[in-house]
Amino acid sequence: MSDLTDFTLAEARDAVAGKKISAKELTQGFVTAMEGARALNIFVTETPDIALKMAEASDARIAAGTARPLEGLPLGIKDLYCTKGVRTTAGSKILENYVPQYESTVSQNLWDNGAVMLGKLNLDEFAMGSSNETSAYGPCISPWRAKDSKTALVPGGSSGGSSAAVAARLCLGATATDTGGSIRTPAAVTGTVGIKPTYGRCSRWGIVAFASSLDQAGPIAKTVRDTAILLKAMASIDDKDSTSVDLPVPDYEAGIEGGVKGLRIGIPKEYRVEGTDPEIAAVWEKGAEWLKAQGAEIVEVSLPHTKYALPTYYIVAPAECSSNLARYDGVRFGHRAADPKDLIDLYERSRAEGFGAEVRRRILIGTYVLSAGYYDAYYLRAQKLRTLIKRDFEEAYKKCDMLLTPATPSPAFAIGEKIADPVTMYLYDVFTVTVNLAGLPALVVPAGLNTAGLPLGLQLIGKAFDEATLFRAGRALEIAADLKAKPQNWWSQ
Amino acid sequence: MAIQSEERINGARKSKLIQGSTGAWEVVIGLEVHCQVLSKAKLFSGASTEFGADPNSQVSFVDAAMPGMLPVINKFCVEQAVRTGLGLKAEINLTSVFDRKNYFYADLPAGYQISQFKNPIVGEGEVLVDLPGGEVARVGIERLHLEQDAGKSIHDQSPDSSFVDLNRAGIALMEIVSRPDMRSSEEAAAYLKKLRAIVRYLGTCDGNMEEGSMRADVNVSVRKPGDPLNTRCEIKNMNSMRFIVQAIEYEARRQIDVLESGGRIKQETLLFDTKLGETRPMRSKEEAHDYRYFPDPDLLPLSFEQAWVDEIAASLPELPDAKKDRFTAMGLSTYDALVLVAEKETADYFEVMLAEGVDAKAAANWLNNEYFGRLNKAGLALSEGPVSAHANSEIVKMVGENIISSKGAKDVLDILWAEGGAPRSIVESRGLKQVTDTSAIEKAVDAVIAANPDKVEAAKAKPTLAGWFVGQVMKATGGKANPATVNALVKARLGIAEEG
Repeated sequence: MSDLTDFTLAEARDAVAGKKISAKELTQGFVTAMEGARALNIFVTETPDIALKMAEASDARIAAGTARPLEGLPLGIKDLYCTKGVRTTAGSKILENYVPQYESTVSQNLWDNGAVMLGKLNLDEFAMGSSNETSAYGPCISPWRAKDSKTALVPGGSSGGSSAAVAARLCLGATATDTGGSIRTPAAVTGTVGIKPTYGRCSRWGIVAFASSLDQAGPIAKTVRDTAILLKAMASIDDKDSTSVDLPVPDYEAGIEGGVKGLRIGIPKEYRVEGTDPEIAAVWEKGAEWLKAQGAEIVEVSLPHTKYALPTYYIVAPAECSSNLARYDGVRFGHRAADPKDLIDLYERSRAEGFGAEVRRRILIGTYVLSAGYYDAYYLRAQKLRTLIKRDFEEAYKKCDMLLTPATPSPAFAIGEKIADPVTMYLYDVFTVTVNLAGLPALVVPAGLNTAGLPLGLQLIGKAFDEATLFRAGRALEIAADLKAKPQNWWSQ
Repeated sequence: MAIQSEERINGARKSKLIQGSTGAWEVVIGLEVHCQVLSKAKLFSGASTEFGADPNSQVSFVDAAMPGMLPVINKFCVEQAVRTGLGLKAEINLTSVFDRKNYFYADLPAGYQISQFKNPIVGEGEVLVDLPGGEVARVGIERLHLEQDAGKSIHDQSPDSSFVDLNRAGIALMEIVSRPDMRSSEEAAAYLKKLRAIVRYLGTCDGNMEEGSMRADVNVSVRKPGDPLNTRCEIKNMNSMRFIVQAIEYEARRQIDVLESGGRIKQETLLFDTKLGETRPMRSKEEAHDYRYFPDPDLLPLSFEQAWVDEIAASLPELPDAKKDRFTAMGLSTYDALVLVAEKETADYFEVMLAEGVDAKAAANWLNNEYFGRLNKAGLALSEGPVSAHANSEIVKMVGENIISSKGAKDVLDILWAEGGAPRSIVESRGLKQVTDTSAIEKAVDAVIAANPDKVEAAKAKPTLAGWFVGQVMKATGGKANPATVNALVKARLGIAEEG
């Protein structure tokens, strides 16, 4: 038997349920791997004691015959999810010592399904970033390296800790969140699978907010099947989130082998963006061929307002963030500046000291676009464009069942390469932000490696609440790509 | 907006003009009234709203704006807002939107207040305000919207720090915005009083101004009659009728003085200093807030069905105007009816008496002329008064049944007020029963006539002197004789014809 950290979540589940391995053994294996991988800076907070205690409880349940669907399976939790009694930083200095007295609905759903918490995963500060470099706890490093290179690469962002942890086999799966691509970009550049569900599918309650109308929780895992299993456990209707949607959660796993025969796959012509890496363009074509070969029909579609998506996103998201982050004021919790001379001084210094450069930039942009005299020109127009972008998809779905697109314009880049130029970094979200603006689900699946040996991902965009069909098509791509490569362990001490 | 509302005002209503050195000025007043919604739980959290609890003991994670917390609308508060809108004869908007009003303050945990900016739950309505002299002013309602209250900053507990109590944070408020339709401080006070009565009748706000569950921002401007509206100033956070009247009068005079000395009115926010009796600017212009309103993305637009509104409408209690009409139809004067409906307690008290079968007019006269006078004199509210509605009913009934005279009624009230007890047994035990036995009264009349032969002659010549005999007989019978009977007998014995 190979190293137990090589298990997929589904394999581990079956091994634990079949009593081939105990939850504690499994968890201990991941705790050892986690502790040996500190060079990657993946975990902001490790919780091995909690993990082992939860694993023991899982073993007791298995012995008693009361095991639940994810019994004893160790997961990493993005440090944007509030965890009761466990420090939750959102990657920010301003929450350096914040210990919530409540558990987010999604993580609670996972624990109620028997999962085990290994620790809290690194992320861009308040999920604002595409490379995990804005974290106040230092950049998270991808386990992947280009052939013959020791250059440290980004694991994508903002859920960089989640993608890196899964790719480095430090957990069986991880929670993540996606506001403009924060699940899909990291998945794409680390050879992992990630799904941003339809807006409203997972509760936002207890997840630190970035941009409320765009934020959505989802999983990153090794395979399409694992991702389907995790989403089933994470999703729920929640009375505590007015935007969560009251629709039954299907058994996604049950349908994933259904194939793509008869499905119409749309190729949006506007996604042939100049500057896209030719190897990504090539894998996109290959992906379409694979689906066609398995019986899908490929149709060309148009999403004419795509070019407005990035500017729209970079108005809506900062506007909401500027308001959502007003609560970090040094008054009730979080970082407070020393010896404030008055309330204004307390605010100004607490926030200046507590927030990093990217967060400050977005708060400033958001404050500006909502200001009197600018609201109509920016925020209101962005809302109108958002409606048009949504309509683009509705039109496209008259001709097809889902869309196939690249996930990122290029493979993983080096740490430090883009961080100095925010606009270059923002452009990295070009294929992902439209989906959040339209509230749709999208799945990223690894489709191959480039010549440097780095993973490339493809994105499938579905109809609202049709995650099941996405998993089916994602599985078809996964089978065709048949990707066996994984990062070699160079990080263990 | 100004022109439009100008036309809403009853033409007949006289403005109370203020004399300045350049002639008469008219004061124009509009009110923004914040009413705390009567509800056990807050607008977006399940935390309790009870007044007077220990600081920060009624604060949920949502109220404290902890990371990741989300608001969920309390449907009962929405129902209360709809009920109030119906009571204001206003348009109910089946879809409305919650917006965020962004500003930083220590007692505003999220850094924004959830309010309704562009699309409020209630649109235009009106309040009829009864003025002294029987005039009725129509005050337009521009809108009613729902919003959260902030917490409370406490600055007087420590020399070097401030404290924050979040018990109030998140409590539902209805902001009721009037048109600038009022023309004097008395009208503003009368409007506020009427609005208070309406929400109290509806049970949507307790109207308790001392506890802050009803507060008003008062917009004041002045102009020469017939001129367009002038720049206004807003006096913030008033929670006493008396101070509102004082503040308006001070502010109107201040503005007139500024304008008459060639100055201009600067639009600003003022506070009323109750000690000095003056208004003064609240915050400087540089700190003027840009609230950056935008729709709250945590909440979907608030939507409900007309059928639900209809259900609420069907359950609405009788409101002051309708009650007043019913009372006048029973024979009460408009004045008496207005006094009785002005406060919910008073109306309820009177309704108890009606339910016990009293004559409406007699009961209204008794309360207004006798009982309320005594309460006023003693400085007591109706709820603090020593005599129950039932006891007052008994008194009124006994007068109607000729068991006691009106003088006897007052005596019974004296005893009830001082000692308590049941009116009918007091009448029995104290011998206050009116003498209706004619033979006993005849004896008394005869005795008085026999003892005063000179006066008899005089009365025969001048019949109005008969009153003197009546008085003597009443005195002789200890006030217990029925005055009408005495009057009739005296006249018969004296040979004076009954007039009419």
